[in-house]
Formats: sequence, C-alpha cells, structure tokens
Amino acid sequence: MRQNLLLLLIFGTLFLFIWSMTGNKSISVEGSSKRQKLPNEVNFNFHVKPILSDKCFVCHGPDVGTRKAGLRLDIEKVAKAELKENPGKFAIVPGDVEKSELVSRIFSDDENIVMPAPESNLKLSDEEKEILKKWVEQGAKYAPHWAFSPPEKPDHFPKVENEPWVNNEIDYFILNRIEEVGLELSEKAPDTKLIRRLSLDLTGLPPTPEELEKFTQNNGAFSYEDLIDFYLAKPAYGEQMTREWLDVARYADSHGYQDDSYRTMWPWRDWVIHAFNENMPYDQFLTWQLAGDLLTNATKEQILATGFNRNHPITQEGGVIDEEYRFTYVSDRTNTLGKGVLGVTLECAKCHDHKYDPFSQKEYYGMYAFFNNVNEKGLQMDAVQAKNQKYYADAPYIKIDDADLTGILSFINKTDTVPVNVMVMNDSTIRDTHLLSRGNYDAPSDLVSASTPAAIMKFPEDYPKNRMGLAMWLTDSKNPLTARVFVNRLWAMIFGQGIVLTTENFGAQGSLPTHPDLLDWLAVDFMEHNWDIKYILKKMVTSATYQQSSVITPDMKKADPENIYLARGPRFRLGAEVIRDYVLTTSGLLNDEIGGPSVKPYQPPGLWEETNAGGNRGILTKYIPDSGDKLYRRSLYTFWKRTLPPPSMAIFDAPNRDLCEVRRQKTNTPLQALALQNDVQVLEGARVLASKINEKKLDDVEALKTIFTSILLRDPTENELGVLTEYHKSYLEKFMSDTEDAEQLISVGQFSESISDPAGTAALMMVAQVLYNLDETITKE
Amino acid sequence: MELKEKIADEKLNINRRHFFSKLSVGLGTVALGSLMIPDLFKRGGAGIEEGMLKVGIPHFAPKAKRIIYLFQAGAPSQFESFDYKPLLRERMGEDLPESIRNGQRLTGMTASQDSFPLVAPFSGFKQYGQNGTWINDYFPYTGKIVDEICIINSMHTEAINHDPAITFFQTGNQNSGRPSMGSWMSYGLGSENKNLPAFVVLTSRGKGNSQGLYSKLWSSGFLNSKHQGVLLRSGKDPVLYLNDPAGVSREDKRVIIDKIAELNDQHYKQTGDEEIKSRIAQYEMAFRMQMSVPEVMDIKKEPESIIKMYGAEALIPGTFAANCLQARRLAENGVRFIQLYHQGWDQHGNLPGEMSMQALDVDQASAALVLDLKQRGMLDDTLVIWGGEFGRTNYCQGRFRPDNYGRDHHPRSFSIWMAGGGVKKGITYGQTDEFGYNIVKDPVHINDFHATLLHLMGVNHEHLTYKYQGRRFRLTDVAGNVVKGILA
Repeated sequence: MRQNLLLLLIFGTLFLFIWSMTGNKSISVEGSSKRQKLPNEVNFNFHVKPILSDKCFVCHGPDVGTRKAGLRLDIEKVAKAELKENPGKFAIVPGDVEKSELVSRIFSDDENIVMPAPESNLKLSDEEKEILKKWVEQGAKYAPHWAFSPPEKPDHFPKVENEPWVNNEIDYFILNRIEEVGLELSEKAPDTKLIRRLSLDLTGLPPTPEELEKFTQNNGAFSYEDLIDFYLAKPAYGEQMTREWLDVARYADSHGYQDDSYRTMWPWRDWVIHAFNENMPYDQFLTWQLAGDLLTNATKEQILATGFNRNHPITQEGGVIDEEYRFTYVSDRTNTLGKGVLGVTLECAKCHDHKYDPFSQKEYYGMYAFFNNVNEKGLQMDAVQAKNQKYYADAPYIKIDDADLTGILSFINKTDTVPVNVMVMNDSTIRDTHLLSRGNYDAPSDLVSASTPAAIMKFPEDYPKNRMGLAMWLTDSKNPLTARVFVNRLWAMIFGQGIVLTTENFGAQGSLPTHPDLLDWLAVDFMEHNWDIKYILKKMVTSATYQQSSVITPDMKKADPENIYLARGPRFRLGAEVIRDYVLTTSGLLNDEIGGPSVKPYQPPGLWEETNAGGNRGILTKYIPDSGDKLYRRSLYTFWKRTLPPPSMAIFDAPNRDLCEVRRQKTNTPLQALALQNDVQVLEGARVLASKINEKKLDDVEALKTIFTSILLRDPTENELGVLTEYHKSYLEKFMSDTEDAEQLISVGQFSESISDPAGTAALMMVAQVLYNLDETITKE
Repeated sequence: MELKEKIADEKLNINRRHFFSKLSVGLGTVALGSLMIPDLFKRGGAGIEEGMLKVGIPHFAPKAKRIIYLFQAGAPSQFESFDYKPLLRERMGEDLPESIRNGQRLTGMTASQDSFPLVAPFSGFKQYGQNGTWINDYFPYTGKIVDEICIINSMHTEAINHDPAITFFQTGNQNSGRPSMGSWMSYGLGSENKNLPAFVVLTSRGKGNSQGLYSKLWSSGFLNSKHQGVLLRSGKDPVLYLNDPAGVSREDKRVIIDKIAELNDQHYKQTGDEEIKSRIAQYEMAFRMQMSVPEVMDIKKEPESIIKMYGAEALIPGTFAANCLQARRLAENGVRFIQLYHQGWDQHGNLPGEMSMQALDVDQASAALVLDLKQRGMLDDTLVIWGGEFGRTNYCQGRFRPDNYGRDHHPRSFSIWMAGGGVKKGITYGQTDEFGYNIVKDPVHINDFHATLLHLMGVNHEHLTYKYQGRRFRLTDVAGNVVKGILA
C-alpha cells in the first residue's frame, strides 16, 4: 500500500490539474490532447474501482436486475470471461488493449457502441479513459474493496524526518505524508486555544474561566495529559458523546409523521449518557443496544438499551395499513444499522441488488430478518385515541417506576413519581421474512433467513441467528467495518472531517481514506484496547497533530485548503447545540443538571400552533416554553418534535431525526446570522453577562476586557479593544441620554435580576451581543 | 467566453470532493493551489454539491421562471370540483362494482365497510368557458378563469395516506429524507433576488378536517441547507429571528453589523480562514433581508381594486387569500418557488358542509392570483398549480346518506389544475371512467408531473441530479415523462 501511495504522489500534481479542468463535460479544454502523466502503476482500489463504480456498475455491477449483456465488472472472473452475448469477444483481456471491448468501447465515437451508453447520462473523462486503458495494459489486476478486508496494523510506523515533533503513533502517519508533500507543520496552539479546543471537543462546552486559570497559570502543575483526563472525567463528556449518538439513533421526543405525538424515550437517552460516562466499551455499547434483551438474565438496564431500535418514527395516522408501516420500521432499523454502525448504504439493496456494492437484495432482507420479530404494530393507536389515553409508548415497552431508580437504573433522572414507559425490543413474534419484490411490503417472494452480507464478513456458523448473533458478528475482531467506521467518526468529531470523508459510506461510492494505514492502525488499536472509547479519544487529542495551531498561512491555503494533510489544527463552526450551550456557559446561565424529561426552552412563539392539525390530533399542538431553570439546560435536552425541530437547532444544520444521520452539514447562512443576533437565548445571555460584569464597577477598559475574555476566552488585542472601546462609549452615551431604550433592551428574557444601572448594563450588553456573533466565538479553533 | 474564463467557470462546476474521493492521496501542492477559488472551498458540503451535473442549466429555453404552488393539503374531492360524473347521480346509493374497484387497496378507514355505495356530489355543476367545461358550484371563480387554466383529471399516485402522499408530491418520494421540489429548483436554478430566499413557504388553515404540516415538506434533504424553504409567517416576525430586539434601531443594527464585520475581519487577517469572509457576507445578507422581507410582505400599498379581487380576507394575515396576494408580490420580487399550503381538505365526513367552507377560503383568491398575474404580464412566465395529494372515493365512507356524506382517500385518479408558465390554457387533460374511479386516458403520475414542472423551468429532469451516498438522485427518481399534451 505504501508503495502505491508514493507512486500516486509522483503523478498527482499534473494529473489533478488536468482532471480539474475536464471534470465537467460541456467544455473541451484546449491542449487536453497533451496527456498528463498517468500513474506508473495503476492501482485498482484507488484509481480504477471509483471509475468503474461510478460510471459502469449501474449496468455492469452487482445488481442483476439492471445488468446489461450479462457483463459484470465488479467480479474479476466474469469481467474477464467471454462475453455471453458476444461470443468470441471479451470485455477485458489482461494486457491486451486491442482485444478488450472495454477499452475500444470507451474510446468509440459511435453512439451505438460507446460506453457508458448515452442514455445513462454518464460520461467518462479523457483521464478516466486513459486510466482504464492503462489498467488493462498492466494486466487489469483486481483487489478486494479496501473497506471489506479486516484492518491490520502495519508492521512498522512510517518513516519521518522530524522525529522530535512526534508525540504518539498517530503523528507518524500524519507527519510522513506531510513530509512527502513538503508542507510546513504549524506551531503548537497557544495554551488557551488548546484548552478551549479540548474542552469543546470532549465536553461540548467551553472551559470555565477558573479552568483556564488553573491550567494556564500553575506553572507545570498540570500536564496536558491531566487536562485530557480532567475533561474526559467530566459528566459533560457523556453528554457530548450522547449528542453525537442521538443523530445516529434518530432520537426524538415525538413519534413523527403527521400527528407527531409525544413519546417517552428520554430514559433511553439517560442511559446513553450513563454508558458513555461509565466508558462502556463500544462493543458492549452496541451489543446492549442491538440485543440487550437477549442477554442471559437480561437486566432492565440491558433491555432499556434496546430502545435504540425503537427510536424510529411511528405513524399515528388513522387508516394506514398496518403492515405497510411495520415494514417501514423494520427497514429503518436495517438502514440505521447500515449507515450508523457499518457505514454502508444497505438501503440501496431494499428494492433491487445494490448498484455499487456487493450486497444482494436477498442479503438486505437477511439483515432485515434480524429485526422482524418484534411484537409491534404499524399502527398501534391513532393520535386521537393516544391523546385520550395519554399514551406515550407503543408496545413492546418496559415500565420504569420509582422502585427501579434505587437499583441499576439510578442514572435515570425521573422528575416525578409517575411510572414512565419506554419502547424496547423483543423477539416475541417470530415471523417468516420474505424478500419483498421491488421493496413493496405487499409483494413477498422467496423466504429469507437472518444473515449478514457475505462480502463484509461471513456469518460464523456458531453464532446464533438472531440479534445477539448479529451483535457478535458486528463486534467480531474480523469484522472489517465496525471499528473503522466508529474511529473514523470519532476522528471526524475531533478533526472536523473523517479520514474517510464520507463517514456514512465506506462502500465503492464512498470517499477513499486520506490516511488508510492510520485508519487501520486506529481501528485495530481500538479493538486491542477493548473498544475503549476514552482511550482512543485520548490518543487522538494527545497527538502533536491535534495540538497544532489552526491558523492558515497563505502557503497552506494554497497547498491544502481543506486541511487534508493536517499540517494545521482543525477550525470548524461549532454544532447547533454547542453554540447555544456556549452562550449559556459563558453567560453563567447554564443549568448542568443531567438527564430527565426533555425541556422546552425559548422558541419563537406560534410555530407549533401554525402548522398543527388543529382540533384533537396529538398533544404537541402548542408550544409552551418552560420557565426558570429548565430554560437553561444543555441543548441535548431540548424537546425534539420531529415535524418541527427546535428552530435554533435546525438553522445550524441539526437533522430532523426522521432518519439516522452521521454527518451534519456545516453551512454558513444568513438565517444563522439572524438567529445569533435575535434569538432571545443569545440576547438574554448577553444581558446577564453584561449585568454581572457591570455590577463589578470596573473601569471601562477593564469591563471590556472582562467581557471579551468571558466570551472569547482570550485577551483582546489592542485593535480589538480599540474597536470595542469606541463602540461601547457611543452606546453608553446613547443609553445615558435615552434610558428607555436601555430599559427595553435589558428586559429581554425571563431571567430576573435587579439591575441598578440600566444604561451601563445595556451598553455592555451591546458589546456582548457583538462578541456572541463573532465567527471566532462559534468556531472551534 | 475567453478560455481563461471558461476554465475558471469550469472549475467552479467541479465537485472538488469528488476528486478528493478518487484521489485521496498524493495531491501535489501546485495542483491544489491552482484550484484555490474561495467559493469552491467553503467547508461542509457546499463544494460537494455544486456542479453535480448541473452543466448547462437551463438545458433549454424555460417557459416558466417561477412557480406558485397552491397546495390543498388533505386532498380535495375531485367529484365536488373538476371531475364531473353524472353517472354517480344516476347510480346513487348503488354499490361500486367490483370490476371497477378491481383490487384497489383500501385504507384502514373503509377496509371494514361491507358495501361501497356510490354518492353523487351534493352541489351542482355548471358549464364555463369556451369549451363548456363542467365545474362544481363550489368553485364559481375558478369557473370564470377556466379559459386560462389546464385541468388535469388524470393525476394518480401510489400513496393512500396523507403523510406519504404529501411527501411524495413535495419530494418525489413517499419516505422522508429527499429534497423538496422547491429545493431542487433553488439548487438547479438559483435565486433571482439576492435579498430573498429562492424558496419560500406560506401556510394557512382551513375550516375542514385537517392534518398537521411538517417542515420536512420544505426541507432541502441532502442538498445544501441554503436551498431549504424559508417559512414566511404571518405575524410580526415573518422570518424566524428577523426582528431586532426592542431598543435596537435600524441605525444601531448597521453599527452592530459593522462592528461584527470589523472584528471578524481582524480575525480573518490572523487566521486566514475564508469561512470568516463568508460569514461577513452572510451578515450583510441578513441585514438586507431584514429590510427586504417586511417590504415585500407589506401590502399596505396594494390598491383597493386588488384587495377586492382577492377578497376581503386578503387583508387578514395568514389567510389563504392573504397568502395568494403575498405569493404574487414574492413572484414579482424574483422568488423562484412559492409554496402555499392550505389545510383542511380531508373530508371523511360532513363533506358538503366542510367542502363549501374550504372552497370559500380558496376559490376567489386562487382565481384572482391567476388574473392578477395575467394583468401584470407575469402569467406567461409564472406557473400556478392548484391541487392536493390524492383524490377521494366515488363511494361514501360510512353509512350512505345523500345529503351528508364523506369520501375516503383515492389514489387512482384525481384532479389538479395549472395555469400560465407554458401550459396550454382552456383545456382539460386526461379522463377517468364514468365512475370516476379509474383513468381511461392520459394518466399523469407524480413523477410525470415533476418532470413536466422541471421541463417548463427549462430543466431536463434526468439531468438535474445530486450525488448523495454514492447515488445520483433526481426529483423524478428513476421515472417520469414530460406530459407533452399540456405544453403550450
């Protein structure tokens, strides 16, 4: 592999340049006949497979239903065999370009002959054609898909020149590549930046001023490692990890679909926080969620964990056909496992064989079969009935009462004495699973038994053919995907993007890893250390790679704008919840209570009311915000109504939780600018922080420095202070002469406090408002 | 175009992630430098999306520049609107022949009924326009514009329940997760106005039995969320968080924005991240939106004659009539896709009473919108669409009563109308059998409908694709034929 990487480097420059100009077919670029250098040795996985997959597999790939001419290019034997419909001819004759139909056809001008066929709307670029040609020339060697071979630790770490820079294993892989392409490393980030980064990454919260002081000013009393341990040990760590997992688990506080009634899955969410904080090994974490109920003498906690697979939307629309929706739920579980745990697009094989990856439709229903035995209904009760019965969970469910809280379920933050029902899994209705033609619930065809896609890993014969066996298969050290996919997602959480950029897709159409050996090393190391999440996270944040400054020099911007090589630290906008939590923390409003029923903080009035069904459907028709302390809980406790997710979250790219999501967009939009400027929560934070500082009766410069440091967690520069001083002064004068405006401004939000100096507070609030809107504030640097 | 420009243009259209994904290793420094175009390097997906086969849009001269979609949520009955079936009166109370029903699956609401008595509309029909088109008495205003519109009586779908059916109409798929058609338009065609979103949504509530609406209907799905529909609300705060807090004036806001920009710019100079530049621009855009949105929504300057056309309700914010007038104003201001929803069309019972109220809500204003666009010369390039998510049964739900009945969901045939934007006017397209149960001529599937809409906008529906999770997605999925018979 290493050799191939080097080879790639050699041709990389020119190749990419030309590629970039011809990726789009509408314009022909002059001079494109002057060929760029092709790789000396064409690599199947890195050069050929992406082209074949993207441009050829639709008709010549795994899907038997759309396969043309009996030719499949994804399997070497078939690809090189005599063409079924064209006796005497071959698609690929290794080493013989002339005799290879594949080559002659892609270069043909005849629209009856050329491939891809014009009606496919797909075209090969000149470079892609040359690569395929050269591949055939060199013998058309095949190799298994990289992600479907079990990861192995390389024999030795890559060689590096700058050995002293290396802090741990990760750095060898990163530095090796950086040195190969000749990039400059970045300096170590300043302590305050690094602490802020670390705290945001590991807890989703900014460090408190006390933490900053403690860690920066006690010369050598705390090592960097102490800091990491400190943040990993905070309960907020579990909340941060849970925040990520809730997207995977499509967690919500409502059923979804049109009526979208209330459901009580929050005790399951409390369990997730607990599990992360206990540092439950990932294999166990998965096993409990997938099959906790099937463990011998399963505890109530283990059963509760299976709520994972009941988090999908459930309809309450009167008149639906029961089986249609039950089918949807079972499919959802299957798809979630594919995307969230295996990082493959299993759902593409629901209606037909997969077009790109070697998953047959039969295998899809083999996976489906694991989840098909739940004693559940498509429609258990419609919204009207549910409302009348205050019905919050569809069978099967467990009842959790106060007695449970004294035992192993003590982590559940039950705020009243009423028992709560939580939906869980069981296998109490054994059903035959059929392949469903075209993915239609009412078109059963062949009987299928529970199994997993063979291309990933053969299902061991001694494993039980139920969800427990499935969990064993997933967490088997030979499973090529589970560990890779998870460490890659952790990497994305820490570094902003995955080693495999498409964290959701490790298949043929997904991105290739930027550092394949590192990904494998991490995956194996993770498994060797008992799937220890804190261990592997610590490894990542201990690396010198992580500790670099995120400043982008002009050279770096040119050389590696996307920070693929990691010659600098990550710089990314914070996630939706983290932004709100940042305001709560820095203003001092945060209520750090853990778990419990979801809460309703501020949201613009009328939103639920405007679009609800009116009348008697459902119970989530009116949004009544909470009051007092509940307004200031961390954002992962914000009530999640699927059909209208909290707007301040949705605007910052939170998914609606209808489906499993593993990679949020990171957009930059005017609606975000409006939300940060005018959301009551941000304004109230600015006011509370301003009044707190104003009460200290500092001189203006000190007050400005304090408010700046409280939000940005660093000292202002001279320039910054200059801008703010002038701005503050003009508003102080304004508010002194117009106290009514000042009074109005500081009246925002429910938090009540006595403010002795409205003008002074208002002027500082204007400053805080500007600071909360800075790019730096909402960015991890 | 100069070659240099061509190349620059070309690069902008490249999905840069795409070649990173192919060439994950060995990117030389020179190569990357040559690609340094700020917009292209926005993080988090903007780069992934742009250029996915958007080559050459529009693919041909567009007939329509914008769409106003008057969605009637809940599914209005075709029998009490545009599909005139005298046979139902003749055979009133008789059971629907099994040969006609022909295995159609039933919803849970009528599955247990042992008979399916045909029921005629309670209200009468009259003929309108040059072709003497039959229109139900609930819709007199629509009757008067019949020579301007194209009625399609042969729409059909697969979904039989509201949620999947509306989702199908809005996104091309019954399951959630796909981009809404407004998002596809925004993605493919962009915005004509820099100060307003390309895709806006207005909702209104009817008086009949209704379901909730949900934000996934105007979601951008896997497209960049800048293509998401923006809900324009009727209250003081038409766009979420649009209003400044009390005590902050417009002038103050200008100062605040400038200070934010100044500090952001200082930080940009220190960190070099282009994303900061982009954020400064977004704040400017937000500032402009704060002015342009209230301006476009302020109907005070509309003359009385216009209010009269749309009806007095046009003065009441949040009504369908007010939203129709808003829609025209948004269209004038270059909004690409204006989506209205009017709730309350789910008449399982009390159909005569409820339907007359629902029609009163929408009939006059819908017709006024068409006429208003026409008198402004905008109807030619504005496509107006009126219709729900499926049809209703020709038999009654529950016990048979000729004067008060309901109708269940019917996916096999229903009616919508379109006007302007390159659609033939004064025609009725497609036909159902005498029972109004099955289509006998020119069926139009939802995929066909979407293909046609895109065609009118100058887009080949097979070429507007977006690659997500390795697959190229289309609004029309893997189907859809342009309905040539309705093209002017």
